[in-house]
Amino acid sequence: MNAFEIENLNLWYGEHHALHDICINIPANQVTALIGPSGCGKSTFLKVLNRMQDLVEGVRIEGKVMFGDQDIYAPKTDVDQLRTRVGMVFQKANPFPMSIYDNIAYGPRVHGIKKKDELDAIVEESLKGAALWDEVKDRLKRSALGLSGGQQQRLCIARALAVKPEVLLMDESTSALDPISTGQIEDLVGVLKRDYTVIMVTHNMQQAVRVSDYAAFFLLGDLVEFAKTDDLFNRPLDKRTADYVSGRFG
Amino acid sequence: MENKQPKKGGSVSFSRVTAKQGAGASAQVGSGQVAANVHTYAAAEKMSQHTSTARKVKSGILKGLVYASGAIVCTVLLLIIGYIFARGIPGITAEFLTTQSSYVQDTIGILPNILNTLYIVLVAMAIVIPLGVCAAIYLNEYATNKKIVRLIGFAVETLTGIPSVIFGLVGMLFFIQMLGLQAGILAGGLTLVVMVLPTIISNTLESLKTVPNAYREGALALGSGKWHMIRTVVLPNSINGIITGCILAVGRIVGESAALLYTAGFGLILNSFMTALQSSSATLTVALYVYATERGEIDVAFSVATILMVLTLLLNIAANLSASKLGHKEK
Repeated sequence: MNAFEIENLNLWYGEHHALHDICINIPANQVTALIGPSGCGKSTFLKVLNRMQDLVEGVRIEGKVMFGDQDIYAPKTDVDQLRTRVGMVFQKANPFPMSIYDNIAYGPRVHGIKKKDELDAIVEESLKGAALWDEVKDRLKRSALGLSGGQQQRLCIARALAVKPEVLLMDESTSALDPISTGQIEDLVGVLKRDYTVIMVTHNMQQAVRVSDYAAFFLLGDLVEFAKTDDLFNRPLDKRTADYVSGRFG
Repeated sequence: MENKQPKKGGSVSFSRVTAKQGAGASAQVGSGQVAANVHTYAAAEKMSQHTSTARKVKSGILKGLVYASGAIVCTVLLLIIGYIFARGIPGITAEFLTTQSSYVQDTIGILPNILNTLYIVLVAMAIVIPLGVCAAIYLNEYATNKKIVRLIGFAVETLTGIPSVIFGLVGMLFFIQMLGLQAGILAGGLTLVVMVLPTIISNTLESLKTVPNAYREGALALGSGKWHMIRTVVLPNSINGIITGCILAVGRIVGESAALLYTAGFGLILNSFMTALQSSSATLTVALYVYATERGEIDVAFSVATILMVLTLLLNIAANLSASKLGHKEK
């Protein structure tokens, strides 16, 4: 089953043609890594999937992006609802300047959950899902800004999980973290794929190999190759992919 | 003299130094070679001493100037405050604060003016805060046409710099002659709305801009609607700055006179709020003007000035408190 089916996606920033004719089917309940050198369009592509591109000025998008049976760029699409189903974790942890509890409860409250016992249950479940519960359960009312960088990033994952999304987009979410925190988040991704489709942008080849089931290689706005991670890294079909994964450029 | 003639004077001073220091050095070591080294060493030392002395003198002079400027400003300020308080405080009595002026009893009281100031602050702020804050939110969060936003920004900056008497003139022509309002708290308050609106907008814009975009993105990525995002993430993180701006605007209103002369009027009679809206009502600053120029009661004017100064001081303290709370939160 595919989470996303994308046909002939083109994207322009003003005059700059940033994505060319992308066609890709992203499988559900798998981890898909988007790799490629800086400026190749992988983050741009990721933000197409939950329409965070809408926030960019002068962006123009053509093509068909199907999320399940929903065309997410159709005029009648409810963007807020789409973003609830397709959650996102950013490159830099961005907890709100409020308590740990309120950070997690933010999403559920947006969607009208007000009862305290319901919220309590969601907060606990989400923090457990992000492997953070044991570290913060005694200080839920303390400011989230007091957490370490790695904890903040897992808090952001928990916050995204709290609205019960189907897909989790991760935009280089470990690039600002130390190896131990990175390892924790990678382990977490391995667990999350049981319940979620994870699509992650990463600069780290080893991370892509360690964590992902599928990998897509972008170069200069083109999707060069998309395959099972094992195939892409060990038996690439395109010479450019072979050069990149063997470290000859990038 | 030595310093002004570097060639001659320089060599003179070198030889003099070597004569002094070299004597001690050669007495100890007793070697011509070493004496020559001491020679250059001493010259270098002298030069570094020379530059450091010159620097010390220069920085001393500058420091002196800075301290003098600071002292002059503080003295002038204290003299003004002291003079106003010295002349004003004796006139402040319970009767002065709680009655209205009466020709019959030949007494002077400023209760109407205190109330008028309060009324006009209420009227103006009740209109300008929602208007200004909403306009700023629109400009910062919703507006997509950058050209129009820049144009409005330019207009706001220009309006901030216009002398208040011009607002008074425009207010009189528009609110009183065109719309047919009576000179009073309503016409005066509306004029003040126009006058402080740019300040409120630009203050609020500044505060909104301090909220990191990562917060907005984080909220939107959770499926929050835009207005909900603004209400729960943007406003709570900028509210202190917005409040500070509003308090400063109150300060401007309390201290304003030129814009009110033709719009709020000179009336010194005690009125209820509803009556005052549509009848000539002098605020404290306008009353100060009336007592000082038309009635020749200079001491009364000083008493009013004392009250105004205390009010301004309190408002500034309040603004600082809310601003420092903001700083606290960011830590």
